[in-house]
Amino acid sequence: MIPAPFDYVAAESTTHALDLLDSFGEDAKLLAGGHSLLPMMKLRLAAPTALIDIGRLTELIGIRADGDELVIGAATPHAAVAASGLVRADAPLLAHSAAQVGDPQIRHRGTIGGSLAHADPAADLPMALVALGGRVDLLSQGGTRSVTADEFFTGFFETSLEPGELIASVRVPRQPGLAWGYQKFVRRANDWAIVGAAAVNGRIALANMGPTPLRARAAEQALAGGASAAEAAELAAEGTEPGEDVHANRDYRRHLARVLTRRALDHLT
Amino acid sequence: MQVEITVNGQPRSDDIEPRLLLVHYLREVCGLRAANVGCDTTSCGACTVLLGGESVKSCTVLAAQANGRQVTTAEGLAPEGELHPVQAAFRQEHGLQCGFCTPGMVMAAVGLLSENPHPTEAEVREGLEGNFCRCTGYHNIVRAVLAAASSGNGTATEERTEVGA
Repeated sequence: MIPAPFDYVAAESTTHALDLLDSFGEDAKLLAGGHSLLPMMKLRLAAPTALIDIGRLTELIGIRADGDELVIGAATPHAAVAASGLVRADAPLLAHSAAQVGDPQIRHRGTIGGSLAHADPAADLPMALVALGGRVDLLSQGGTRSVTADEFFTGFFETSLEPGELIASVRVPRQPGLAWGYQKFVRRANDWAIVGAAAVNGRIALANMGPTPLRARAAEQALAGGASAAEAAELAAEGTEPGEDVHANRDYRRHLARVLTRRALDHLT
Repeated sequence: MQVEITVNGQPRSDDIEPRLLLVHYLREVCGLRAANVGCDTTSCGACTVLLGGESVKSCTVLAAQANGRQVTTAEGLAPEGELHPVQAAFRQEHGLQCGFCTPGMVMAAVGLLSENPHPTEAEVREGLEGNFCRCTGYHNIVRAVLAAASSGNGTATEERTEVGA
């Protein structure tokens, strides 16, 4: 499978990338690892007229602590997030989530910013970011803005990224020693979640239970009110309208959300 | 567009279309046929090569993304007529039947051993989770990788790109 033709420019800096975004217009796409975008282009589900390669911009790669947050450059590959001592110590749920993406080859190429921008509701990192209460720093010619995970995902494969904006970095709270749980139900190794649940610090996020990663708010409120994990988990699917596919119908997905939330809460590590 | 890519230690300069995938660049421009196109969807791993010393699926990388970098295919693992320790271990342990997955499996194993020179059996199985073999059921493949690891010289010697903390 061969993508449709496009122009390719390797950006020399984020400033250059923003200039190119403006000059190419809305039919251009940013390319980092390309592990969400290139498969879409090969299937001709996406046919951007230009690719702006930001995958090797060192200013977008790396992990550092900034006060009570970890800052992860948007073009940092999953393998680096998963292996980072800083992430493993201060945001272990994120390190675990990055290690669940695909397989080693995919984790060498796929990036945290790319996965979030792609915004697949069944994917690992969007769910992890929502569970952690993280945010993304967006950069444009007009300046920067920071968007919370809850606000970033706006629809099925849709985000609040505006034309001309790029994700510069991802921020998650530093929570060393805080218990977390992560559950992902799949039929095949390496696959996207049929349903996923991630819990940390009183927050519960669900994957593939709607068009975006979702908070299980009724379950969170029950926990905050002193309910047991089992009682709270019974409320995990409240208000969700999950899609149906060959793997699961709506009722089965709701059942999975309750079971996986229960397991995530029972197996806080 | 013009790309400068070092393939199996040989610097090259080629005029390519931006949409050319790395696997097609290797097979059709360089004439290196070890990396196979299997599933063509980033699943099967038959097209695995090393990019900057890391295993990648070359059906999901643009040749343009390899510009200025080093690529290693199974052909480049050992000098002509010799076998890399991982290749030798695959032969010794009979880690193949039809052979279609083998170049990708070997490259994934070389990449794994460069990151983790002494993996446990479980780590080998997880490390090869991105490579499908439809013949052998994996037991001999895992045995081969463990044998290469215990021989102590299954590691890649290329530059690796370290990022993050």
